[in-house]
Amino acid sequence: MSALEVDVGGRAGELAIDVALRAAETPLVVVGPNGAGKTSLLMMILGAATPRRGRITLGGATLFDDEQDVDVPLERRGVGFLPQRYALFPHLDALQNVAYGIVAPSRDERRARAMDALRELDVSSLAARRPAALSAGEAQRVALARTLARRPRALLLDEPLAALDVSVRRDVRRFLADGLRAWRLPTVIVTHDRDDAAAFDGDVLVMEHGKVVQRGRLAELERRPGTDFVRQLTSGRRALPPPAP
Amino acid sequence: MRASLSPAPARPGSRAALAARLWPVGLAVLSGGLLLLVALPLAGLFFTTSPRQLLAGLANPLVGPAVRVTLFTTTASLALVVACGTPLAWVIARRRTRAWRVLETALELPVVLPPAVAGVALLLAFGRRGLFGPALAAAGIGLPFTRAAVIVAESFVAAPFYLQAAVAAFRRLDPDLVLVARTLGASWSRVFFTVAIPLSRAGLAGGAAMSWARALGEFGATLMFAGNMEGRTQTLPLAIYAALESDLRTAQSLSIVLVAIAFALLVGVRAGARP
Repeated sequence: MSALEVDVGGRAGELAIDVALRAAETPLVVVGPNGAGKTSLLMMILGAATPRRGRITLGGATLFDDEQDVDVPLERRGVGFLPQRYALFPHLDALQNVAYGIVAPSRDERRARAMDALRELDVSSLAARRPAALSAGEAQRVALARTLARRPRALLLDEPLAALDVSVRRDVRRFLADGLRAWRLPTVIVTHDRDDAAAFDGDVLVMEHGKVVQRGRLAELERRPGTDFVRQLTSGRRALPPPAP
Repeated sequence: MRASLSPAPARPGSRAALAARLWPVGLAVLSGGLLLLVALPLAGLFFTTSPRQLLAGLANPLVGPAVRVTLFTTTASLALVVACGTPLAWVIARRRTRAWRVLETALELPVVLPPAVAGVALLLAFGRRGLFGPALAAAGIGLPFTRAAVIVAESFVAAPFYLQAAVAAFRRLDPDLVLVARTLGASWSRVFFTVAIPLSRAGLAGGAAMSWARALGEFGATLMFAGNMEGRTQTLPLAIYAALESDLRTAQSLSIVLVAIAFALLVGVRAGARP
């Protein structure tokens, strides 16, 4: 399995961001308080924001390198992105949403592959529905199908469970954790929830004020919390406020 | 709870009691006055004619050409404004730098510019002795007092209405949708045509309707820049003005036609904008 390796520095508004990370076999979970620069970091990996310095490689291919003057444009990075509220196109039905990113020689083939993608996530029955007629959990599956249908080489998930009711969150978390194991893609997940970090069973990277303040397995963080934020995260379970919508 | 928040009842005979009694009267007089000011002329327009008189007025030879010139020029100016204004609005909506904000404000200027000033400005730009007149003349183009001049005048005064609405519509677009479309491999042009425009349709159509209505009513700038030539540059508002000198009834018939066209366009555009 290939790896996503990032070492970037740059600015996001007033915040100076400086982060190095690696995601490969297991998902990398990025946690941190609001305004820590987590989303800005995702934007830099995606190619929607330009770091001032550094290097991003994915499976050996360079996506960004300021010294070699490489900056692969967003639409050619092959990085799948699931935003917090999934961002399904409201004017297209589920099938059209998934088909949007598929490149195929014919319309029929595009639709067939979109249907396959929906089927893989058990939501083929929703193909004709507009996003407004989907529950948050269904919308997430359709959005994931849309992302995966492009066969991305890495996945970035921004607060994938924040839009869900507590009642379904546990099921979706398990579904997502199983899925990530099956898809075998280098994955970065931004979350504010300790239970997410536990379920995804990967390394945890803690960001504060644009910098990495601690990293390691969740158990290590719980044993030796490096900052007040980590202490709150690991002990108080849901001590953090949910992120702004 | 609520009762305790409302002020104590005024003592009878006090100034507060008088004000309380006068308030509804004042409200009725003031708002009723404005209502009448708007309603009475419309009533005058529609209720002082009979169908026979209306048809007789429409038989005036000014009517046909004026309707044709109006429909042609306003459609052309709308097409011009929408075709050029939509991409421009998209660019403005996505830029946040000061230079673009200045440009945005400048583009809204024709909204507050008196039409007569617009006419002078157009003459000073494209007139024979205007800023670009000689260059146009060298290229064999004489713009003023042509039908093209009507289209230019209408576009000049109507474009800001469309631009404003389109910029606002594009700014309401969820940025995540644009971002996701890009991660799905869409080029900027595909994002523009398949995400931005369909999702901003209602706002764009509303702006187009406003802009069209403004072009339909354009009078001053057209008169000064394009003249008042029957069958060539005489639009409905100009024909109304021309008819007024001889025959109020014809002016009235033309006015009713203009209102009917404007109303039909508005209803049509609104219906088309519904998702």
